[in-house]
Amino acid sequence: MIRYIIRRLLAAVLLLFVVSVVTFAIFFLVPRLAGATPEDMASRYVGRSTSQEQLHVMAQKLGFLDPLWVQYGRFAKSIILGADYSTGPTTVHCPAPCFGYSFLTQNPVWPDLTDRLTVTISLAIGGALIWLLAGVATGVLSALRKGSFFDRAAMGVALAGVSLPIFFTGLLSLSIFSYGLGWTAPGGSYEPFTSNPAQWAHDLLLPWITLAFLFSASYARLTRAGMLETMSEDYIRTARAKGLPERTVVFKHGLRSALTPILTIFGLDLGLLLGGAILTESTYSLPGIGKYAVDAIKTNDLPKVLGVTLVGAFFIIFANLVVDLLYAVVDPRVRLA
Amino acid sequence: MSDFLEVKDLRIHFNTDDGLVKAVDGLSFGLERGRTLGIVGESGSGKSVTSLGILGLHRGSNARVRGEVWLDGEELIGASREEVRKLRGRKMAMIFQDPLAAMHPFYTVGHQITEAYRVHNKVSRQVARRKAIEMLDRVGIPQPQRRVDDYPHQFSGGMRQRAMIAMALVNNPELLIADEPTTALDVTVQAQILDLIRTLQVEFGSAVIIITHDLGVVAELADDLLVMYGGKVVEYGSAEQVFRRPEHPYTWGLLGSMPRLDRDVRERLISIKGSPPSLINLPSGCAFHPRCPYSGREGIPSNTEVPKLIGDGHKVACHLPPAVRTRIFAEDIAPHL
Repeated sequence: MIRYIIRRLLAAVLLLFVVSVVTFAIFFLVPRLAGATPEDMASRYVGRSTSQEQLHVMAQKLGFLDPLWVQYGRFAKSIILGADYSTGPTTVHCPAPCFGYSFLTQNPVWPDLTDRLTVTISLAIGGALIWLLAGVATGVLSALRKGSFFDRAAMGVALAGVSLPIFFTGLLSLSIFSYGLGWTAPGGSYEPFTSNPAQWAHDLLLPWITLAFLFSASYARLTRAGMLETMSEDYIRTARAKGLPERTVVFKHGLRSALTPILTIFGLDLGLLLGGAILTESTYSLPGIGKYAVDAIKTNDLPKVLGVTLVGAFFIIFANLVVDLLYAVVDPRVRLA
Repeated sequence: MSDFLEVKDLRIHFNTDDGLVKAVDGLSFGLERGRTLGIVGESGSGKSVTSLGILGLHRGSNARVRGEVWLDGEELIGASREEVRKLRGRKMAMIFQDPLAAMHPFYTVGHQITEAYRVHNKVSRQVARRKAIEMLDRVGIPQPQRRVDDYPHQFSGGMRQRAMIAMALVNNPELLIADEPTTALDVTVQAQILDLIRTLQVEFGSAVIIITHDLGVVAELADDLLVMYGGKVVEYGSAEQVFRRPEHPYTWGLLGSMPRLDRDVRERLISIKGSPPSLINLPSGCAFHPRCPYSGREGIPSNTEVPKLIGDGHKVACHLPPAVRTRIFAEDIAPHL
């Protein structure tokens, strides 16, 4: 068991390293391969009307003339330990994790990101709880009453849920519940949980439900398929032959097995969302990571994009690690692997 | 006096998209405490469906179960779901073919045994655990105090079947149904498991039904023998009668296809030509007639309704007159057995 945990941890760290190399390559190697000179790269960091000599000096200062592995070392070091930027007379310290300064606002990226992160986490976790409960419950009921009216209706709705994009269901619900009925503010408002939990939930309810509608649809289908499969397993027959009540058979013996693949998908989905629920946040104008990323890409603000990319990758890797560890708790056969 | 277990005209039909599957059609037999009945037949002859029917495990599926099953004076087919559930695992228990598939992979062997015990007995976890250890010890698992916390995948095949037996016997059932208990096991382990079943039967005084396609298994264990073909009984008698003087051509085929060490290896095994019939479209009259080498002899059309089981004690369902069968057996069959 301990060996399994250590192996997973090491794998996660290795993966983080690989992701950082790939990200670095995308942001600093690919432009060079595409023909950009170090001076071109530096020009993004300075004002528009700069002479070629000044650019060359800046490129040297920013390290674009160093060999790539030195550049990567500096990049990794600034994320892990922070970095010092000399702006001539003074030196600015950028604390770890340092993804650099926004081109536009000159603010360090990380504090901005953490602000946005609370919004995205609120959105993702709340939505995830709803879709997990709704999706699994619907899936179990559908599987147990396979072919019934409930099953067909639920699977029909699920098909719609899987097919309809967020910007459609989101806008539709906004027009009905916000503009039409006036139950919620038409987006853009976010109250931190710590200052007013009720308002926080009120503001997020519509985004949660929109997000949950999309995801619970696929979870319902997955759970249904998983339950149908496990309920025909031999060990379910054994459980019945022991005289266990049907409730115990379904939940303790059936659902427990059917949930393991769901766990994997859930980890991935949650990790992905924590890196920014781009469509939902954009639709509801929520100031989360996803909207931050979209804004950054629109304005070519590379340090922000870099920060979001790495944070997003971190969440996916972290979620995967948690799933792997949970797997060992759920399925004893994994512990030996 | 009526028997401890009495099955009268049991019919188990399944409604499928292709038509009505008559998996079991008019099965009757009786069994006393302390005796063992062997049910023999090819795959698809209705053996397993019968055992699941006795346990009431077809409920909730698309099966139509009719007839009567009397267990110790209680009729089970007409009884409520809850009544039958309470009898399952307590008064009647079952051992399945593949112990790896039949045990839940996520729970320890001990947990699965205590679960079977506690569902019918109001005892604490500690008491149930002691009971599980005691049962594991009784079925010959070494170091039961330690192995009780192992998972099924940590057991060998033979040990798993022993654990299954421990689980089935934990409530001291008066009827034990073993469905191909040795098919998935190594030959060396098979004999041990059969020995164990016999020993425990003497100890617990249970009635045992052993379902198999392996005549060697029934020869070792069974007092009575019931040969099934196409969902119907073709021959029923004491094991001694059926082995010494088999009456039905199908039984001859089964016995003839059994390899024997005391025979010349160059002598070919007699196989039953053709394949088992489709249970949706059973051949008319005697279901075996298309494969029966003696069909049509003596001018008796075999596609007419087959005689009901005839004879006293040793019964057979065959068109051939007893005298003809005696002659065929003496001339064609006996020399090869």
